[in-house]
Amino acid sequence: MLSVWQASEKQLAYTLSLFFIVSLPFLGALLPGLMNSAGRSACAGTTFIVSLAAFIGLLTNLPAVLAGEVVTARVDWLPALGLNFSLMLDGLGFFFAFLILGIGLLIITYGRHYLSRDDNMGEFFTYLLLFQGAMVGIVLSDNILLLLVFWELTSLSSFLLIGFWKHLPEGRQGARMALTVTGMGGLAMIGGMLILGNIAGSFELSVILENRDAIQASPLYLPALILILLGCFTKSAQFPFHFWLPHAMAAPTPVSAYLHSATMVKAGIFLMARMWPVLSGTPEWFVIVTTAGLLTMVLGAVIALFKHDLKALLAFSTVSHLGLITMLLGTGTAFGAFAAVFHILNHATFKAALFMSAGIVDHEAKTRDIRRLGGLRHLMPITFVIATVAALSMAGIPLLNGFLSKEMMLEQATKTVLFDTWWLVPALATFGALVSAAYSFRFVSHTFLGPVREDYPAKPHDPSSGMWLPPAILVVLVVVIGVAPALAEPFVKLVTASVLGIAAEVPDKHIKIWHGLIPALYMSIVAVIGGFVLLMIFKPLLRTWDAMPRPEAKVIFETLIESIAAAARGMTHSVHNGAFTRYALIGFVAIIVAGYYAWTTGTVGEATRPLQAAGPVPIAGWAMLIGATCGIVALHRNRFLALILIGIVGLMVSIGFVYLSAPDLAMTQFTVEVVTIILLLLALNFLPNSTPVESTPLRRVRDASVAIVGGLAAFVMAYHYMLRDAVSTPISEFHLANSYKGGGGTNVVNVILVDFRGFDTYGEIIVLSIAALLIYALTETLLRGPVRRRLLNRIPDQPIAGDMHPMMMVVLTRVIMPVVLLVGFYIFLRGHNEPGGGFISGLVVSIGVVMQYMASGFSWTSSRLRYPYHGVIGAGVLVAGLTGIGSWFVSKPFLTSDFTYVRIPPFNEFELATAALFDLGVFLAVVGAVMLSLESFSRLARRADTADSEHPMDINPLRDDAAPQSAPTEKA
Amino acid sequence: MEFLVASAIGLMTAAGIYLVLRLRTFPVILGISLLTYAVNVFLFTSGRLVIGAPPVLRDDVSNYADPLPQALVLTAIVISFGMTAVAVMIGLGAFLGSDDDHIDDQAEASSSAGQP
Repeated sequence: MLSVWQASEKQLAYTLSLFFIVSLPFLGALLPGLMNSAGRSACAGTTFIVSLAAFIGLLTNLPAVLAGEVVTARVDWLPALGLNFSLMLDGLGFFFAFLILGIGLLIITYGRHYLSRDDNMGEFFTYLLLFQGAMVGIVLSDNILLLLVFWELTSLSSFLLIGFWKHLPEGRQGARMALTVTGMGGLAMIGGMLILGNIAGSFELSVILENRDAIQASPLYLPALILILLGCFTKSAQFPFHFWLPHAMAAPTPVSAYLHSATMVKAGIFLMARMWPVLSGTPEWFVIVTTAGLLTMVLGAVIALFKHDLKALLAFSTVSHLGLITMLLGTGTAFGAFAAVFHILNHATFKAALFMSAGIVDHEAKTRDIRRLGGLRHLMPITFVIATVAALSMAGIPLLNGFLSKEMMLEQATKTVLFDTWWLVPALATFGALVSAAYSFRFVSHTFLGPVREDYPAKPHDPSSGMWLPPAILVVLVVVIGVAPALAEPFVKLVTASVLGIAAEVPDKHIKIWHGLIPALYMSIVAVIGGFVLLMIFKPLLRTWDAMPRPEAKVIFETLIESIAAAARGMTHSVHNGAFTRYALIGFVAIIVAGYYAWTTGTVGEATRPLQAAGPVPIAGWAMLIGATCGIVALHRNRFLALILIGIVGLMVSIGFVYLSAPDLAMTQFTVEVVTIILLLLALNFLPNSTPVESTPLRRVRDASVAIVGGLAAFVMAYHYMLRDAVSTPISEFHLANSYKGGGGTNVVNVILVDFRGFDTYGEIIVLSIAALLIYALTETLLRGPVRRRLLNRIPDQPIAGDMHPMMMVVLTRVIMPVVLLVGFYIFLRGHNEPGGGFISGLVVSIGVVMQYMASGFSWTSSRLRYPYHGVIGAGVLVAGLTGIGSWFVSKPFLTSDFTYVRIPPFNEFELATAALFDLGVFLAVVGAVMLSLESFSRLARRADTADSEHPMDINPLRDDAAPQSAPTEKA
Repeated sequence: MEFLVASAIGLMTAAGIYLVLRLRTFPVILGISLLTYAVNVFLFTSGRLVIGAPPVLRDDVSNYADPLPQALVLTAIVISFGMTAVAVMIGLGAFLGSDDDHIDDQAEASSSAGQP
């Protein structure tokens, strides 16, 4: 890893600190949950310290940022995809990270006092830190794919935060709506980002930002722009996606204050600012972004004015202010960007303070309904001062920071001409500012002014300092920036410079309280006076508003979602109705149709191979196979008979393999056949012995026709295939040529299995092992559940043989056992050079062990087992894996094999190959898997009424106690 | 020879499909087994039919059967045993749990009539 640090020695400290800043909240997210039992203060304290550490880490980069440097850090993650963990800290990133971490600290303090004892504080702070990390990740990403990852993480973590009060349906609905809208936007943005990256030829932001001309000239510019803007607009709640934000207000107030004023909704704005140098300045950008921004600003303000819930009012005012910032960015001018950056700063300060004030009112008076409030200035003087200063800043009153940026916005508006109508933008901007002033005044006057009431749900008073200090700190900033904008100006200009990038120069204007008698001043005056007038006539206005028919976004959204869900349900249920036969039928028909399409659209070559003559013996074998197959279909209702017939089919297939030069396959098929039939017999022990006639003749005709068409297709394809040579040289030429030279074995099939394609084989033994473990697990579940009782008291439907373990069979299998093991060993050893190998010898040995079970009984055999089958499986996979890993020690890739020839004097020279060790792993895994499967099945068969005999033979003349011959269970 | 193998593949496929479309678990398992044979043999024939030339290297032989399909089919045979075993286990578990070996969801748990 260290080799990929792409930073000079000097920069290493910066590099580390960038990773530190981004990763700290994620790592720290583990702590609050752990600290939960240590108490609420410990929990909040840990969170605070984690954030503080990240914040300090950020501040250490301040000198570099102020000097105009761009701090970068980079680790390759998936370079083949262009996805690298590259981070970049410039003015813009610093600005946002500062807001996120700084306001985060205040929110954590506030949240500690806001959450009640019933809330799980550890969970809350864990989510909060996850969110914080994701946000910091967005603003510091230098790779747009990485940025997308963090972008989606904010959607997810905000979902958890909005729905934090899981018991509230509004919380759950709001969280779901937010996730749906922002998630869909995120999806669109992924598309846009990928297009953008393809145009620029890199997913690194720093490269993309250099390619303004190439991107704007590309025919794909417009789709990319629209997709990216969809992501930004949904995240920043721009019209027509503004509706989710107010519903997300069901979240606890610290969440609203953090996510919905200072951070998450600004993510869209941030991205527009980040992409500003390459995307802005075109007519499309101007029209889309400015129009959306203006509409959002006016609409949000008007709705906010008539909201009675304090947080809903603030939510819509946030929507409106985000629209304002979007509109400023949309103008595509340097001054617009300058104003936008300044307003982001100002809005974050006053809006977070307002949210926290609203939270205090809610916390103390137990209601946020503005109609039930009023007169609070006497009861909560501190909160009153904080909220009033912040609200007046929002209204745009001079000497507060909101005034300065609103003035700049109005000035920019006078210079912006949209749709060839010079008055459109100034008029709408003034109107937006006017309504904005009106709802700010309403917030203050209806909550705090007026007479003290007697009917508050709780007796309000100022909260502890932990709750009012955080907003107070913000309000101090509001005033300081408002009175002495020169203090903030250099920083704002620095951030603006990094927004503009190479696209434009930073305007040399200064932020001033007094600009002279310019149009913006008159517009400002009109807005403030108009705001007062609106407040005066609020009651009649409200009556008109309530009488007006308005589309309710939530209802529309839910109808839309419900209809989409209904469509999906209709489609799924018509295909997926729980009938397996239907799925199978659909599957077969689809395969046949696809095959037919491929057949008719491809070209069919001439036959190049002659037909080979078949003697009488192959024809006889074929006839048996055909007869047995037809027999299965005709007689499948008699299950036992069908099982015998399928045994014949398997046998014929094995013999066919022998005849067609595939001895390994024949041996495998033959041994698998044995274990499969044993398995099916065990299953048939429980299942009914016959299949009733159920399906209608029509249905049988339908199934038969599908089957015949499928069979014909398979026949035609196989026949066609066998008469033509391969189009290009088969890769097995390579295997044949290198099997002995490279793999040290003459049985090419085995060398392919353990060497050329050893990794495949490794995967396959793992699959086999998983299947066996699955069977074991299913058996365990069955034996633990209600099925156990039924199994134990099962009455067999066939009379049971009196002599369950005949002496002859016991003796015979015992004698055979060493022979079987010897054969297995022999097949294993010769596998590399002659037909055989781990798979086949594994099956042979399994059969030998199964014979012991069958002859001598389950308990006798299992009590003599020294190793559990799980262990055998595990050992097999481990041996194979370790053999593969062994090649790492000689710097070769996984599973590279080696071999040598040795001679130990009394013997001939023989070969030692690492492949044999791998084959040993295969052998062990196969034995373990087959035995575990069969053993699981037979465990089901143990019954209550026949005690398992501990003796292998029911009748044994050597035993003295010839007693227990009470003829086990006459007849069931 | 080619005709024999191809027709065997075709017949096993047809029988397999027909049995998979039956309504009880046991015939479906038999059908899956038949389809397995058909598919394995089909894959094997992609190396074309060669008689009497197993892919075991000999000094004086230059013509061998294609070893690659054989290697792939060998593992396929073993894996299909695992798959059959799991399918049987699932079918068995369902039967033991509900005393019903229908393969389709039944509208009424008590009904023994097949799906229309």
